[in-house]
Amino acid sequence: MWAETIRLAIKAVARNALRSVLTVLGVVIGVAAVIAMVTVGQGSSDQVTQDVGKLGTNVLIVRPGQNTMGPGGSSTSARQFEQRDIDRLIAEIPQIEAASGAERTTMMAVAGNVNHQATVQGVTNAYLQATDWPVSLGRTFLSAEEDSGRPVCLLGETVRQDLFGNADPVGEKVRLKSLSCEVVGVLEAKGASSFGNDQDDTVMIPLRTFQRRISGTSTISMIYMAIEDGYSTDLAKSEIEAALRDMRRIGLGEEDDFSVMDMKQLASMLTGITSVLTGLLAAVAAVSLLVGGIGIMNIMLVSVTERTREIGIRLAIGAQARQVLQQFLVEAIVLSLMGGLLGIALGLGLAAIAANVMAIPFSPDPLVVLGAFGFSALVGVVFGYFPARRAARMDPIEALRHQ
Amino acid sequence: MPQDGSGDTPVIEFRNISRVYGTGEAEVRALDGVDLKIHHGEFVAIMGPSGSGKSTAMNVIGCLDSPTGGEYLFNGVDVAGLSQDQRALLRRHYLGFVFQGFNLLPRTPALENVELPLIYKGIPPEERRARAMEALEQVGLAQRAAHDPSELSGGQQQRVAIARALAASSEVLLADEPTGNLDSHRSVEIMELLVKLRAERNLTIVMVTHEDDMAAFADRLIWMVDGRVERDEPTRKEVPHVG
Ligand SMILES: Nc1ncnc2c1ncn2[C@@H]1O[C@H](COP(=O)(O)OP(=O)(O)OP(=O)(O)O)[C@@H](O)[C@H]1O
Ligand SMILES: [Mg+2]
Repeated sequence: MWAETIRLAIKAVARNALRSVLTVLGVVIGVAAVIAMVTVGQGSSDQVTQDVGKLGTNVLIVRPGQNTMGPGGSSTSARQFEQRDIDRLIAEIPQIEAASGAERTTMMAVAGNVNHQATVQGVTNAYLQATDWPVSLGRTFLSAEEDSGRPVCLLGETVRQDLFGNADPVGEKVRLKSLSCEVVGVLEAKGASSFGNDQDDTVMIPLRTFQRRISGTSTISMIYMAIEDGYSTDLAKSEIEAALRDMRRIGLGEEDDFSVMDMKQLASMLTGITSVLTGLLAAVAAVSLLVGGIGIMNIMLVSVTERTREIGIRLAIGAQARQVLQQFLVEAIVLSLMGGLLGIALGLGLAAIAANVMAIPFSPDPLVVLGAFGFSALVGVVFGYFPARRAARMDPIEALRHQ
Repeated sequence: MPQDGSGDTPVIEFRNISRVYGTGEAEVRALDGVDLKIHHGEFVAIMGPSGSGKSTAMNVIGCLDSPTGGEYLFNGVDVAGLSQDQRALLRRHYLGFVFQGFNLLPRTPALENVELPLIYKGIPPEERRARAMEALEQVGLAQRAAHDPSELSGGQQQRVAIARALAASSEVLLADEPTGNLDSHRSVEIMELLVKLRAERNLTIVMVTHEDDMAAFADRLIWMVDGRVERDEPTRKEVPHVG
């Protein structure tokens, strides 16, 4: 009987193919939106996790002020760090493998008659070590260059391409405003970061050089640290926090005026932003599904009226009310499932294209697909019930007389 | 208890059945105290002026409608005591309908129309198909099995409806003006088919008709007026001549 009912429902839906497709458009759009969003959201959070993984899970970032990380995050009025803070941390906590202050700004880099706007960073070799970022050409900074703030630089792959093409830039000069520095190496290509900006669009100079020639102060606004492999980053984090509280003379019960973040936190913060977005769009999708469901109810009511005579015949030859109910309910479910399937296909297609364009992994979640399938069935049940009940409650004589 | 010729329980028994529509001024007594017994294997014709309650009586017999008064026994069972679902089962297993409007599902091949009651009986597809085909053969429409009702003549459609009742092996065939839309030649074909099937299958047939010629095929005639049975008598067995 069930197989028969389903076969019958598919036939009825197929008979009015165009009408059926138009009817389920709402469900198609709703489901497609959910699937596309969730898949893209998953892809971008996978990307973040991947990026963070590349950066090293044993990396800690210390900044003055609270919650200053993340896109648009800015440092507060809290006191900046100095090189001696870093030295003391290294001295107190032996598990710190490498630690480097980091400063950044955006400047015009000029080579010959070519200009290029790039992120200029003042770092030490320890930064390259902490972020696991080797050079592909030339060498890193010499400690003499770091200590005396020599005008030397490392080029990111994007800057190198723009200023020198494929030619070897080692030994060439790059001008940053009044600072003319010698290229000593080229950094390996790293690709886009979690925020979508190009990490290779950078020029790195020794921190001391940055302080002297660009910022003009000896303060440091960011510290990157790599913790020894096998040592708990959580433990290291609390040790660093304790040491910094002591160094910065923060009394008991007072708030930290700095923040230590590990990569896991950074990742969850970034994925948190995505999930807010996903939630918002899911609400839009829910409205679309509601509209789709009402569309199905409407067309099922029309169908029940159109087929009044058929219902009369079925009742006369011995169909029970609940069998008529079942027939129309299954038809509504088949209709909405069809919408769901089309929506899933469309949504995955859109997500695949988006993933390609945004250069993030395409990560379809079978659970979400299954959920969308189940939800569209539910839409059929909820919105198909009322029309089906109307069909089941018909008086056979009236129905047979209907023209 | 009064017994008649055949001696067993009547298939259909009305005891003082009434069916009243509306109340007060608007009250219509479509059936007004009808007593009736129809036995297994009988071929009964119901005639009477328009509005005399013939269709109402058929609907009550077919358990599509419930009387407002009196008792209706089907094979000795009081139908009033049955639930809606049980009445549906009674229709499914015992009753076949052949109505004036050729009640076939549109845009559905003849074979599937005949199969329909078998689906509700839960008969597996192959057997269903075979039985439906066999029924179509009996009414001489095997070659038309794949045709939709719209591709069949009125008489053919009516034969499909009869085949549907046959396939379901209904004991009782209820025909409300089965020849109402047919010319006299087709009408006689249908009547001859009914007579043949009655003989072969021992069907009980109750037929409403406005035509004396058709009623003559039955062996008993019930004449209704104003919701009452006015006459109930055997038909004169002279086979009508059809040109
Ligand atoms: N649903 C209804 N509501 C009110 N009155 C009804 C209803 N159905 C039938 N009637 C009335 O009951 C009476 C009997 O109707 P019925 O259809 O049984 O007549 P009939 O003998 O079949 O007539 P015809 O030969 O024209 O088909 C008529 O007066 C009709 O108006
Ligand atoms: Mg009538």
